[in-house]
Amino acid sequence: MSDEKKLEELRTIIARHKRWDLIFLIAGVFVLMIALLTFMALFTQMLIDGAPRLSWEFFTSFPSRRPESAGILSAWVGTTLVMLVTAITAVPLGIAAGVYLEEYASKNLFTELIEINVTNLAGVPSIIYGLLALGLFVYQLGLGQSILAAGLTLALLILPIVIVATREAIRSIPVVIREGSYALGATKWETVADHLLPYSAPGILTGIIIGLARAIGETAPIITIGALTFIAFLPPPPIKSEFPFISFEWLAAPFTVMPIQMFNWVSRPEEAFQFNAAAAGLILVVMTLAMNALAIYLRYRMRKKIKW
Amino acid sequence: MVKNTIAESEANSTSPGQHKSLVKNLSFYYGGFNALKNIDMVLHEKQVTALIGPSGCGKSTFLRCFNRMHDLYPGNRYEGNIVLYPDNENILSPDIDPIEVRMRISMVFQKPNPFPKSIYENVAYGLRVRGIKQRAMLDEKVEDALRNAALWDEVKDRLNDLAFNLSGGQQQRLCIARALATDPEILLFDEPTSALDPIATASIEELIADLKNKVTILIVTHNMQQAARVSDYTAYMYLGQLIEFDMTDTIFIKPKNKQTEDYITGRFG
Amino acid sequence: MYSKNVKSTCRKKDRATSSLRYSYKRHLKEKIIELLLFLAAFFSVLITFSIVFMLIKESYIFFQHVSVWEFLTDTQWTPLFDNAHYGILPLVSGTVVSSAIALLVALPLGTTIAIYLSEFASYTVRETAKPFLELLGGIPTIVYGYFALLFVTPLLQMIFPKLPGFSLLSAGLVMGIMIIPYVSSMTEDAMRSVPMHLREGSYAMGATRFQTAIKVVMPAAFSGIAAAYILGISRAVGETMVVAIAAGMQPNLTWNPMEQAATITAYIVQVSLGDLPHGSIGYQTIFAAGLTLLLITLTFNILGHLLRKRYRETY
Repeated sequence: MSDEKKLEELRTIIARHKRWDLIFLIAGVFVLMIALLTFMALFTQMLIDGAPRLSWEFFTSFPSRRPESAGILSAWVGTTLVMLVTAITAVPLGIAAGVYLEEYASKNLFTELIEINVTNLAGVPSIIYGLLALGLFVYQLGLGQSILAAGLTLALLILPIVIVATREAIRSIPVVIREGSYALGATKWETVADHLLPYSAPGILTGIIIGLARAIGETAPIITIGALTFIAFLPPPPIKSEFPFISFEWLAAPFTVMPIQMFNWVSRPEEAFQFNAAAAGLILVVMTLAMNALAIYLRYRMRKKIKW
Repeated sequence: MVKNTIAESEANSTSPGQHKSLVKNLSFYYGGFNALKNIDMVLHEKQVTALIGPSGCGKSTFLRCFNRMHDLYPGNRYEGNIVLYPDNENILSPDIDPIEVRMRISMVFQKPNPFPKSIYENVAYGLRVRGIKQRAMLDEKVEDALRNAALWDEVKDRLNDLAFNLSGGQQQRLCIARALATDPEILLFDEPTSALDPIATASIEELIADLKNKVTILIVTHNMQQAARVSDYTAYMYLGQLIEFDMTDTIFIKPKNKQTEDYITGRFG
Repeated sequence: MYSKNVKSTCRKKDRATSSLRYSYKRHLKEKIIELLLFLAAFFSVLITFSIVFMLIKESYIFFQHVSVWEFLTDTQWTPLFDNAHYGILPLVSGTVVSSAIALLVALPLGTTIAIYLSEFASYTVRETAKPFLELLGGIPTIVYGYFALLFVTPLLQMIFPKLPGFSLLSAGLVMGIMIIPYVSSMTEDAMRSVPMHLREGSYAMGATRFQTAIKVVMPAAFSGIAAAYILGISRAVGETMVVAIAAGMQPNLTWNPMEQAATITAYIVQVSLGDLPHGSIGYQTIFAAGLTLLLITLTFNILGHLLRKRYRETY
């Protein structure tokens, strides 16, 4: 092997192989650049079209037939209220289900069924949830095209995300913590409530934020339940001046949300409406990016701080 | 048995093999941590050299300098020289391609790590990496390597089986065959038997004794008896330093250094 | 796991009880909590059952009007016309073409990114690129739809002047870019779960990074990568807004990406936007379309998860 000729041969082979390394390295960076450029193009396009429309009036006006005076007031109020319903429903349900599957469930066929079911639910296209909601919430339960129906629909959609996040967060807590708690005489629920849930809170919160960010941008299921695209009024306020001061009428009110408003504007032939769409899209992107960035940051901090 | 080896090694010492490699002033850093400190040593050609010492002493780190494995991870830094003969070149030099070094110096790992491929393809991997495509040549080299690794008879009828189906000892011999197939100049063993049962360990040790005629061997072992059984030269390391290096018999019978003696006789710590 | 005896000796709260007796009160509370948690977990199963029940219920009525044979073989989908045809094929062709284009973009590019990040990139590059890709994956699909219609389509029209305002090509391309992060992150996970000692084995033989990645790491991560691809397919098939906006909503039995055509999902959107009375055949068609979609995605999902499970068990 050591004779010069063989060594020469070896070096040519290595050089050839290394060329492939280099080619691939360039390809990898190139593809990442494509992703980056696409994002830049998307963002710049919306910024150029949409930024001039961003004004105080845009946030405080109802949609209108005249593009220059149309705004997103009913859309962002709708989104906020729908998200409220979604969070109130999905968070406790998802955490409870996650805790059960991770801490209580014994390994049997039924638990396995629930687990397979949760993973499969996460892969069901969102529009199918819309069909379920249309049949079940809108007609069977008679909720109509209301904020409640939309909020529940999105809650079903993000439930798997919350469940999986809860399970992963709880799973990462070492057994010794549980044993320590049991050794002090705590019951199972006391162990869960006093130790496991508080310690896994950042992980669960990350999952909730990611889920809500997903829900904010969801369009298809809301269209499917028949949300109206032109709403020029706000739902009744939740607080009243006379007894009992709180009202839940808003839950039954018709509504529109940001992505629906954007979809409506995108589908209009007049170019001026597309500027409105760009402005609404810009707000949507900034909202979802901010939420996802917060989730990523939380996870990053968690990994740095907690080393079990 | 001890007496026999003394006689043998004395025979060797009268006509020591040529130097295959010379380690001069080698230091190694994991980031800020100085893992190896000014090591000087030689590898004698076609001899077995064992590295012993308590865990964390740097023996595996030292071994992995020989095929530049540390280059795979960021923040690692070499200082000093490992000169490879007959080229008379420092393989740690930045001008030297670590891939070329690894093509000439093979390694067998602590835990058997066959690739998720067939037995045949595992052995042929190194040859394919070298661009050999002719089936006849591959067949021949694979068979040779498997024979040299004393595995041929056990696997010749199932060369296309997945390597994971072999037993632990067979997997390790497969990894040795994989390393041998490319005719390496030096074979590095990183605690090759620590994951194996005593019977498999015995067969690997036998194999190392056979291989000595063909290739220079450097072996890290946590088992002193193993070092005594298989090696011609032994180096005792402690806290990143080479405490003593000599012929195996000298190290085990009359070590010059007190620390070495304490470790050998089990008084260590 | 913790016997009754152990439990009753561990008194944390009710110190007042005089003995180590088994506390029924505490036990009851624990049981109630467990039941509530169980119901929450069981709720997820209920969702699946309701989805299947709802789709089958409405589809059942639909298939009493329209034979399954007609549904599967008729080449026209015009349920809302007077001369109604109920052939799912035009919607399937739109779905297949747009998904195929998306996958042609997402699989190679996603895999390249995954290999690059897992085997080539430095720690810093990886830790910067991964959150960035994750952010890309979090952008609402409606925004990608807007981007396809108002940026990519005009761009493509400069290259192909004959391209209509709505096209499967434009929708497919953008959908592909949209699912790159999804494919790349799952592929990278699969590759990173390949233990380091296998890579070291390959490097020790003198292999380059590319050789190690292609010949050792990818085969070792095969089932995980296959799972990523399959889940990517399912994702493309079920994607709605991009195609609804950029590919048009006209059912069109075509395999030509330069044409406009509705996908299954786009059809559901189109019907939902209109004002169809509950219980009409038009209303039922979207459930029949939905059932078809669910069956397709479910098949891919189950396959994908089985493969994923396999690679998780190997390492």
